[in-house]
Amino acid sequence: MSPMAHTAPEPSATAPELIRNFSIIAHIDHGKSTLADRMLQLTGVVEARQMRAQYLDRMDIERERGITIKSQAVRMPWEEDGVAYALNMIDTPGHVDFTYEVSRSLAACEGAVLLVDAAQGIEAQTLANLYLAMENDLTIIPVLNKIDLPAAQPEKYAEELAKLIGCEPEDCLKVSGKTGVGVDALLAQIVKQVPAPVGDPDAPARAMIFDSVYDTYRGVVTYVRVIDGMLHPRERIALMSTKTTHELLEIGVSSPEPMPTKGLGVGEVGYLITGVKDVRQSKVGDTVTNNAKPAKEALEGYREPLPMVFSGLFPIDGSDYGPLREALDKLKLSDAALVYEPESSVALGFGFRCGFLGLLHLEIVRERLEREFGLDLISTAPNVIYEVTMEDGTEITVTNPSEFPGGKISEVREPIVRATMLAPSEYIGSIMELCQERRGSLRGMDYLSEDRVEMRYTLPLAEIVFDFFDQLKSRTKGYASLDYDTDGEQVAKLVKVDILLQGEAVDAFSTIVHADKAYSYGVMMTGKLRKLIPRQQFEVPIQAAIGARIIARENISAIRKDVLAKCYGGDISRKRKLLEKQKEGKKRMKMVGRVEVPQEAFIAALSSDTPTGERKK
Amino acid sequence: MAGPPPDGEPAPLDGSLPASAARGSAERAFGVYLHVPFCAVRCGYCDFNTYTAKELGGGASQAAYAGTAVQELSFAAGVLDRAGVASRRVSTVFIGGGTPTLLPAGDLALLIAGVRDSFGLVDGAEVTVEANPDSVTPDSLAALATAGVTRVSFGMQSQVRHVLAVLDRTHDPKRIPDVVRWARDVGLSVSLDLIYGTPGESLDDWRASLEAALACEPDHLSAYALVVEDGTRLAARVRRGEVKAPDDDDEADKYELADELISAAGLTWYEVSNWARTPADACQHNLAYWRGDDWWGVGPGAHSHVGGVRWWNVRHPSTYAARVEAGQSPAQGREVLDADARQLEEVLLRSRLREGLPLKDAGLHGEPGIVLGEVLARGLVEPEPAERGTVVLTRQGRLLADAVVRALLP
Repeated sequence: MSPMAHTAPEPSATAPELIRNFSIIAHIDHGKSTLADRMLQLTGVVEARQMRAQYLDRMDIERERGITIKSQAVRMPWEEDGVAYALNMIDTPGHVDFTYEVSRSLAACEGAVLLVDAAQGIEAQTLANLYLAMENDLTIIPVLNKIDLPAAQPEKYAEELAKLIGCEPEDCLKVSGKTGVGVDALLAQIVKQVPAPVGDPDAPARAMIFDSVYDTYRGVVTYVRVIDGMLHPRERIALMSTKTTHELLEIGVSSPEPMPTKGLGVGEVGYLITGVKDVRQSKVGDTVTNNAKPAKEALEGYREPLPMVFSGLFPIDGSDYGPLREALDKLKLSDAALVYEPESSVALGFGFRCGFLGLLHLEIVRERLEREFGLDLISTAPNVIYEVTMEDGTEITVTNPSEFPGGKISEVREPIVRATMLAPSEYIGSIMELCQERRGSLRGMDYLSEDRVEMRYTLPLAEIVFDFFDQLKSRTKGYASLDYDTDGEQVAKLVKVDILLQGEAVDAFSTIVHADKAYSYGVMMTGKLRKLIPRQQFEVPIQAAIGARIIARENISAIRKDVLAKCYGGDISRKRKLLEKQKEGKKRMKMVGRVEVPQEAFIAALSSDTPTGERKK
Repeated sequence: MAGPPPDGEPAPLDGSLPASAARGSAERAFGVYLHVPFCAVRCGYCDFNTYTAKELGGGASQAAYAGTAVQELSFAAGVLDRAGVASRRVSTVFIGGGTPTLLPAGDLALLIAGVRDSFGLVDGAEVTVEANPDSVTPDSLAALATAGVTRVSFGMQSQVRHVLAVLDRTHDPKRIPDVVRWARDVGLSVSLDLIYGTPGESLDDWRASLEAALACEPDHLSAYALVVEDGTRLAARVRRGEVKAPDDDDEADKYELADELISAAGLTWYEVSNWARTPADACQHNLAYWRGDDWWGVGPGAHSHVGGVRWWNVRHPSTYAARVEAGQSPAQGREVLDADARQLEEVLLRSRLREGLPLKDAGLHGEPGIVLGEVLARGLVEPEPAERGTVVLTRQGRLLADAVVRALLP
């Protein structure tokens, strides 16, 4: 066995028998990127001195958070028993919001490395992705990582993995991405265990898009796995779902820098460049074929990305509306799942109603807008889509609480999810309590090992987007992990709660909640605002209301004293500056009717971790 | 002078003033403020520029202070002369602190003589000295009167012992009627200073203080809401939760009570926090601040204003002394007010006075009913002067004076 292949198989002319396509399934922090880096080094595609830590995670945010948002594929040569193979490692996104993208990445592989931290055991998302891989009939290679850590318990977790995938504990490989121990043995096992791809080289070309990345210089880079036939540069290709055609300007493989090739054949993984500027024109899951000699049927499994969570994004400085639009337009080029439309709020001014795959997606977009585009934003509390049926049979889709109809409602349906939580068994009680508070119903529970349990719940998505993950973490000392997938909708007793300042509804604070929770929401929000809104020249009632019915009320009494009692020689400059500052501050106040509300009050009221700024005079 | 110095531009070492400072100076009154930066103990709420003997250490001697201050006075005369500011005799002198009465009466006499030597004093000039009730005697008050002092302002603060204790005031409240009588006996006009809103002070405590002060029949009374200034010992105690921060509503109640009782005793408000028995008893020196007149502030940390130029001296007595003795300006920084700042100050200062702010003087043109519409409707300004285009605050308006200023400014 030699660590490096001396003659790498030629892309476009590699027999399928010599190809191994695999991905790595792992939880955030379990060391996937470090292991991938080690593989790049061992196979010689990246020299040690070029190596920057975690080569494959390119975006700054990914690097900082240690998570992979966008997957990429790398072709690595590897020699085993004197035969040179081409290994394609397809990196998968590691978060709950990107389940569909993960499923497409997995569909491009024949095998998966199940990578688990030997000190922590498997986590819910890993388990969910493992099930996805098993559904796709992938060969699973169980691997325990970080065996160099003193806290590692490889025997314990090997048993857990063996039980999950139905193998023997001894079959689990033990590696350390950090020191490199066991990585060559893993590469050998990939060659031995993962089946070679199978396809018809003479059929019309069919390749599945498993990722689509926007590059400032090259436009959209589309990553594909060829199933049948062959793709060549300069030919005209067709995308079967969007029914568009493009000229293939460049085709190649990443190793890991892009390397143009004469084409891609059956089983090969690589990239296409067509000059397209928007990832929406090159969608994950779509089938690429030859326009002149098209395939009759597209590959299975294509799905339109569906936003699940909505939130209003508003610039803190109203004049940033234009820049925000430009920034969203730019982000859209690289993010097929991001949708948005202009929205105007009485309280927050002009902004955008944005749809996201989930909370992490929302957070990533928001953070990129702030960091890469230098925008200061307020985001409204995230909400889900509600389907409302009126008594007269009219159907209304609500993506914004302000669209929630008054009048005679026959029923409201909300999206639900199947959630899976893994945790040490001592936290069963806490998790059950939390899920009960959040209107969950238990579907089942299994012990993964003596002291680790998998709990399955049906929960309203709306309950998950509101602070569920943080609660789960804090109630289980950080041990529990969560994964969820959509599971249709259910009818529920939902109402809209409005918050009124001096009788005037503040749109940014309206929310849709279960009727049983309306009161506590009203009390919480009015109480919070009473502390956040400074006293005015007149009394300001703060009310929570369902329709015309007031359910909670607080009062901000009128300010009675607003004067510096003493004002002599030295105080004058100070006093003048104070007034100048107040004048400036007034410009940053949002007017709700006659009530001046500082921007900070909106931000604080909309954030979930209740900072209660003491009221200043 | 309270608080840290404002941000400003550097002041020239020779003290020279821009030409704009002289404009219209002949029409303005001229006063002198003399700061005495010494106290026996430092009070927990006080952020004025003052030092105890212990804090000062060597280098800035209390004994030499009067001499240094007199030197600044003659430096001032030179600066004003070179700037073309009209030569005016001084109409008001105010010796504040600190605790001016910590200096021997002879030193205070030196200061007053210094003013006379450098500028001259107008006939019947008002000369006020601030005094701590426990640092005067019948003899010292007589000596002050002899030195030319016409008015004394006692820091009474409160009649209630537990309130005085929170303020770290050491005097015996029972002494107040005595010191007032002694001052009267030597022909001094008397003012009492009170503070309300001290942590732990009830409304009844405040009433007791007001009644005790009024029982002395002072010519003048000041009542200030306690402000917890950053950096004071009191601020630290509030932060640590040892005492409660003053409450605006409580202070509003106390202001209303004060205005009621003081008015009933025959004094009339002439500024937000000041009441006088007759118009002649109003503090002319302080009126000059609010009317935008000129004054030179002598001493460490003292502020001055001449024709739209404001400056402030270095704060430490030894730095101050070194500058003055080297023949340099002790000013640390200054600001030359632009038109907007002047307008803001005009509104801010003159609206505090009962004589009122004529809108046109502040460049606020237009139909008074419209300019004042909002504050008039809310009952913050008196309707009758408003018709003439003059802003005079109602009692409620005085409590919300800053809101009125913000409403008036463009």
